[in-house]
Amino acid sequence: MNDAVRLSQLEPGAKGRIVKIEAQSLIRRRLLEMGLVRGAEVTKVKLAPLADPAEYIVAGSHVSLRREEAWDVLVEPL
Amino acid sequence: MGIVQKTDKSIPEKTTFVVALAGNPNSGKTTIFNALTGSRQRVGNYGGVTVETREGVLRHGDIRLRIIDLPGTYSLSAYSIEEIVARDFIIQEQPDVVVNVVDGSNLERNLYLSVQLAEMGTKMVVALNMADEMRQKGLRVDLKALGRTLGAPVIPTIGTRRHGIDRLVDNIIAIACGELDALKPARVNYGKDVNAEVEKLAELINAGQADTVARQARQAASSSWVALKLLENDNVLAEKVHRCVTCEAVRDQVHLSRQRLTNLYGDDAETLITEHRYGHAHGIARQVMRRSVRAKIELSDRIDAVLTHRVLGLPIFAVLMYLTFWLVFTLGSPPMEWIKAGTGALSNWVAGQWTAQTLPLVRSLVLDGVIAGVGGVIVFLPNIMLLFLAIALLEDTGYMARAAFLVDRLMKWVGLHGKSFIPMLIGFGCTVPGILGTRVLDNRRDRMTTMLVLPLMSCGARLPIYMLISRAFFTANEAALAVFAMYIVGIVLAIVLAKLMRITIFRGQAAPFVMELPPYRRPTLLSLALHMWQRSWHYLKKAGTIILAISILLWAMMAFPHFTPDPTANLTDKQVAQKQLERSWAGRIGRILEPLTRPLGFDWKINTAMIGAIGAKEVFVSQMGMVYAMGEQEEADSVQLRENLHRDYSPLTGICVMLFCLISAPCMATVAVVRRESGSWAWALGQWIGLTILAYGITLVVYQIGQWLNVGMG
Repeated sequence: MNDAVRLSQLEPGAKGRIVKIEAQSLIRRRLLEMGLVRGAEVTKVKLAPLADPAEYIVAGSHVSLRREEAWDVLVEPL
Repeated sequence: MGIVQKTDKSIPEKTTFVVALAGNPNSGKTTIFNALTGSRQRVGNYGGVTVETREGVLRHGDIRLRIIDLPGTYSLSAYSIEEIVARDFIIQEQPDVVVNVVDGSNLERNLYLSVQLAEMGTKMVVALNMADEMRQKGLRVDLKALGRTLGAPVIPTIGTRRHGIDRLVDNIIAIACGELDALKPARVNYGKDVNAEVEKLAELINAGQADTVARQARQAASSSWVALKLLENDNVLAEKVHRCVTCEAVRDQVHLSRQRLTNLYGDDAETLITEHRYGHAHGIARQVMRRSVRAKIELSDRIDAVLTHRVLGLPIFAVLMYLTFWLVFTLGSPPMEWIKAGTGALSNWVAGQWTAQTLPLVRSLVLDGVIAGVGGVIVFLPNIMLLFLAIALLEDTGYMARAAFLVDRLMKWVGLHGKSFIPMLIGFGCTVPGILGTRVLDNRRDRMTTMLVLPLMSCGARLPIYMLISRAFFTANEAALAVFAMYIVGIVLAIVLAKLMRITIFRGQAAPFVMELPPYRRPTLLSLALHMWQRSWHYLKKAGTIILAISILLWAMMAFPHFTPDPTANLTDKQVAQKQLERSWAGRIGRILEPLTRPLGFDWKINTAMIGAIGAKEVFVSQMGMVYAMGEQEEADSVQLRENLHRDYSPLTGICVMLFCLISAPCMATVAVVRRESGSWAWALGQWIGLTILAYGITLVVYQIGQWLNVGMG
């Protein structure tokens, strides 16, 4: 887990595999439900015009996350 | 297809079956529902909460299917109202069949819910929807294999074109009648540690020590399902165990098991369980789905590249919002005028037939209370129908989520969700459709905050007041500036209040923004029409009665005690109206309130007009005209009325009147819809009282400081 980075730090177009989710309670739950589980592959698609939130693809669907939510997701870049 | 054909086809005893539709948001569940029920459906609110459920009936020979469209959810945990409503329905109402609508073009994420439904042990039929999109994406699904793992027949459908609906109905009936027996779904393997804890718990539950839980289990599904849910820290079930006295053993075991799993894996039990369940869904998707052609860049992605473009995204958004506003208000304005003209004509006609001498009070009640009240209800209808049309368009095409994506950064700063932007914008036209528009917000806290600050957006009815007052005291240029300032004051106050509510009554963890960006889709006419019609009808029924009641009350305040003019005095009609208002309860209250409002620069005349404005803001102008014994029609432009105001009041008072009208007492239609949308009078009245107190405070400070500095006294 040495080279793990925050999901929010991925460059648009980059991919990562989730190694840990640090978010708590409700947000954690929502992230899990949307398919952001350990081992899942995530692609960062793009940032919104005001640089936040960002669009990701996970489990085949497009999901929008705010920076602080993506910060709590640790990924190893692929 | 995971089904065994039964040999004897006994005639079913029961001819009405309850069928629940469950599925992810954006899975096309509603199009399936519309295809099944046509227009024979109605919108209802489930158990007083603001989650919409819809119900319809399908007749098939002797068999009647009662079809309930459950709210769209990604999961069946107990974390959002939608999830609780969907799950409670399945547990408590025990539908004969659950139709799980699955978006085939997004199989893995959709299967997560399917797996949970299968775990509950309900009889299920899977509608594999969006078969057309799957074909475009080059996706093929092995229906038999999918049916086997889920223990349910899988029917490919295209809801928007009614494809596969007949087969779906046949399968629903076959399952409901017991002609088809569902096979056991493949069990999710949660790993030996979780499995061991589930078993331990299930045994305790079965042992009958926990009778409430056991009853719950027997009612809904297996005891191992309850055990699993308890391990997942399911709020609703945990609460039940907490309250039941004999459940101590179960409660302790849940605690121990969760502790043990956390120690073993360093993660809480719900994460472990979710991961395994997603792993299961992922496995099924990989096993049953084949991608035959290399996917091209999809049309949806190409549209998205433009609509959420870093540079173009916001300008396009601005144009689309302008169009929405235009659709709702500009296009809605002529029919509004027709309605006004219609009620006016009706009122005149009645007045012509019914002379003032016979039953003058009843006549006045009918004319000024009932007809005016009903008019006040239906006058909003064009706006509301068009708003719901616009919202349905934005939602069904998938743009609503993008709009939230684009402006979320701005709204986050206020502490709100990106989706709050659209209702706020609508609020500049009219607060009532704005509040109804907050339905696009999934989170209650976001929704309530938006609803509570919405009246601060200067609505169309404030404009006549601003126009009358500002032009009475200022030059054209100054007046424009003053009106603009009112809009800004409203926005700034809304921001401050929203932030304040976030750290007080709506304190706590921020709601997750995590939001799906569904593929762009072409909306169907039927769905748009149904949305528009059903929601508007709901408004008429629920808010309409309250608005009517308040208008009659307000009428009574102006009509009593009745003023009978002395026939020798030779008063004109206008003078009679003035005297009536002056002597009515409204006028008296206006006078009684004078000591209280003098520090704001208001006298009894302004107070009385403000009382009228409780009904609808713009009434302030006509009441003011009445106080000065002027005609009812030309007040806003009336030079004479402006001159009177200019003579009697200082510009500072003018500013204070505008401020007070902006901030205080949302109109009765707003109160009615807030009551309806929030589900309680407490919010509606709290908002009313809170904003009025705030208005008093701010106006007081402005007037006193203005006087002290000797500003605007001339």
